[in-house]
Amino acid sequence: MQYKSQAVAKPYFIAAIGLFVGQILFGLILGLQYVWGDFMFPEIPFNVARMVHTNLLIVWLLFGFMGAAYYLVPEESERELFAPWLAHAMFWIFLVAGALTVLGYLMVPYATLAELTRNELLPTMGREFLEQPTVTKLGIVVVALAFLFNVGMTVLKGRKTVVTLVLMIGLVGLAVLFLFSFYNPDNVVKDKFYWWWVVHLWVEGVWELILGSILAFVLIKTTGVDREVVEKWLYVIIAMTLITGIIGTGHHYYWIGTPEYWQWWGSIFSALEPIPFFMMTVFAFNMVNRRRRNHPNKAAVLWALGTAVMAFLGAGVWGFLHTLSPVNFYTHGTQITAAHGHMAFYGAYVMINLTMISYAMPMLRGRTAANSERSQVVEMWSFWLMTVSMVFITLFLTGAGILQVWLQRFSENPQGFMVVQEKIALFYWLREFAGLFFLAGLVTYVASFFVGAKEPEALPEGTAASA
Amino acid sequence: MSQTFTKTMARNIFYGGTVFFLLLFLALTFDTTRALPSRDNRAALTPTVAHGKAVWEKNNCIGCHTLLGEGAYFAPELGNVYKRYGGKEAIIGFIKSRPVEGIPGRRSMPQFNLSDKDLDAIAEFLKYVSEINAAKWPPNIQG
Repeated sequence: MQYKSQAVAKPYFIAAIGLFVGQILFGLILGLQYVWGDFMFPEIPFNVARMVHTNLLIVWLLFGFMGAAYYLVPEESERELFAPWLAHAMFWIFLVAGALTVLGYLMVPYATLAELTRNELLPTMGREFLEQPTVTKLGIVVVALAFLFNVGMTVLKGRKTVVTLVLMIGLVGLAVLFLFSFYNPDNVVKDKFYWWWVVHLWVEGVWELILGSILAFVLIKTTGVDREVVEKWLYVIIAMTLITGIIGTGHHYYWIGTPEYWQWWGSIFSALEPIPFFMMTVFAFNMVNRRRRNHPNKAAVLWALGTAVMAFLGAGVWGFLHTLSPVNFYTHGTQITAAHGHMAFYGAYVMINLTMISYAMPMLRGRTAANSERSQVVEMWSFWLMTVSMVFITLFLTGAGILQVWLQRFSENPQGFMVVQEKIALFYWLREFAGLFFLAGLVTYVASFFVGAKEPEALPEGTAASA
Repeated sequence: MSQTFTKTMARNIFYGGTVFFLLLFLALTFDTTRALPSRDNRAALTPTVAHGKAVWEKNNCIGCHTLLGEGAYFAPELGNVYKRYGGKEAIIGFIKSRPVEGIPGRRSMPQFNLSDKDLDAIAEFLKYVSEINAAKWPPNIQG
């Protein structure tokens, strides 16, 4: 660790991992409710568990992004963080606000939570992924502004690099687009239209810039490839991201009451959205193959390569699968969407966070560059367990989705939703089973922070271990 | 990448491309806004429908159902439920009849204990949504 203030990243990463565990536990509850309909009913109905599952995901990814920024910005800017105390304060505010919100979901009916938080003054609740009480949303804005100010001042006062520039564009975009979550008109079509400005323009827009810059940072550090080369790649990748992704928003405007020309705009541009992800894969493997040194943190390099591959598969390939409007006409709002959502979020945003944590955590815990061999072996086991499990979760949901489309939408005698759900229950059982393996992977991941913690650091390949 | 393609060129493509497509997106948004009145059934947006949307949101219906295909995939699509159920009464009757303790082993909608006013509003809201021009989606009445 080159700068003392980089240490503020550590609590952010720990909180991220803790919330990740919570997210997966609620995921398993949801998966079980698909086949055991009254599991935990009426105490924790499906909608509550789902809210906890998705909101924990969003919050822990944001914790991870903030931790990543606090770690990499001082190093890139070659100076201490502008105000470490502010980063500490925001950590606790964000954690307490997040915990209170989740407790609110679990302790009282959602309608009561809406009343307690005076939702009627500025109604923003009850929309998918934006279920947080309005006061929590305001808290998120405050935390985001303080965070942007802190890293922004650090960047402005220090060395400017393409990595920090792209990161800042992504983070500012994240904060600005979130403001659309406060716009909730009575008109359902307009509500949905601008809801996507938060959701789509986050995950298929500005978040990809954050992903790209973190990946570039870790690759510069672990491969020693010339910064100029990495930065050129980064520009090309994010250029393709926004060139395809902005108009690509149109693939959500096929069936919500918007004009039908969106079927053309959305199909054509979102069909191109896999391109930046494919380039990311080529980029990551290229950099690792052209490495000028062998970094002792092999686990971090594995996560970086895994991110590139899985983001391409989940966001790129599984996105393309149902993005063309004639296909989407049948798949819209089925388990195909769920399949894509799972692998895309895991491959792109979970894995980039785990990449950054894998790279930075050894230094934050007092190592010079990497964890012990044994710790890394356990971590790499967790990589394979979680990643392979997620592939199977995605395949089983895809199977469920294809059957659902066939039975409910495509065959000559379409059957009712609930009838079809029972017929495809086998796939839900298999998905739940794969989910248990994912949990095993996650437990292994957490264990990797404790196993071999007292053993000496791993050395780069080709270095003789001292006897 | 080859040396003839420089970092400056890559940067210019990023800025130029982003600005161009952002402006194009805003232009399409502008055009969409002008086209919406003939498609989004805004004539039916009464205070009752607006209240129905508030009831819909306050009870987090989107946490299980889809509405015009968006939401969770645990319970049936409701964008066309007004047509599937053939009117408001059946919708109100269904919501009212949900058992408090659920149905053993099966998925069941919670009992929300809605007032008659809220029940009527949510049904009016679902009627309004069913009359939005959604480009002939869903493919059939099953949603």
